[in-house]
Amino acid sequence: MNNKVKFEFAAISENTALARVVVAAFITPLDPTVGEISDIKTAVSEAVTNAIIHGYGENSQSVNDTVVTIALQNELRTIFIEVSDKGVGIENIESAREPLFTTKPEMERSGLGFTVMESFMDTVEVISRPNEGTTIKMVKKLAGE
Amino acid sequence: MQININGRVLFATLNGELDHHMAERFRTQLDAAFEKSACRHILLDMSGVSFMDSSGIGMVIGRYKKAEMRGGKLVLAGMSDSVAKLYEMSGLSKIVSRTATTEAAISMLGGPLV
Repeated sequence: MNNKVKFEFAAISENTALARVVVAAFITPLDPTVGEISDIKTAVSEAVTNAIIHGYGENSQSVNDTVVTIALQNELRTIFIEVSDKGVGIENIESAREPLFTTKPEMERSGLGFTVMESFMDTVEVISRPNEGTTIKMVKKLAGE
Repeated sequence: MQININGRVLFATLNGELDHHMAERFRTQLDAAFEKSACRHILLDMSGVSFMDSSGIGMVIGRYKKAEMRGGKLVLAGMSDSVAKLYEMSGLSKIVSRTATTEAAISMLGGPLV
């Protein structure tokens, strides 16, 4: 069965856990392995954390202006996930995707967000425009059937 | 999170999901306790951590550096499979040791605590 869900939430770090739970619930009917659920939750967590920390920058705006949107869709066992923000955008996408690259070392950011997304998902696409926002499109095909 | 100080080892039991939100909280509490203490080593019991992302990796590396500045080590004990996957993938495994149990971690840090 194909399905589709879209939801949005305030860009505060408390909501990252909520986003992971919703995504896990969306894929559960497809009977994924424990490892697949964990991989997808981790990739979503990275994308949402990037939107909150880098897209909007913490504490800089009120919760009403900072929204993260997640669109989920599946075609049979292929999962499509889009995580979007309307934040500052990414200046240099190529650098941002490099392992250990971070613009916020003082926050102990490991610079591994995109590396994790790329390792745990089949494809990761980054669409970003300065001052308009960023969308991360990720795809993963679940094993079996 | 529960923190115990035992000799040279700061022993913390982490619970829940180690994402950006929780990593910030753990960081603040661990640093406050470590700075007040005369501990050299940090032992993190990870058996209650059900999820970790790269924010967790950043938090662990930060605490590893704190221990290293005092000539100590940081050891992770009792990781779940999903947490261990990220530990390996991120390269954290190259700088931070892991043990199956907290007992093994304690002996690695110099034997029974006094």
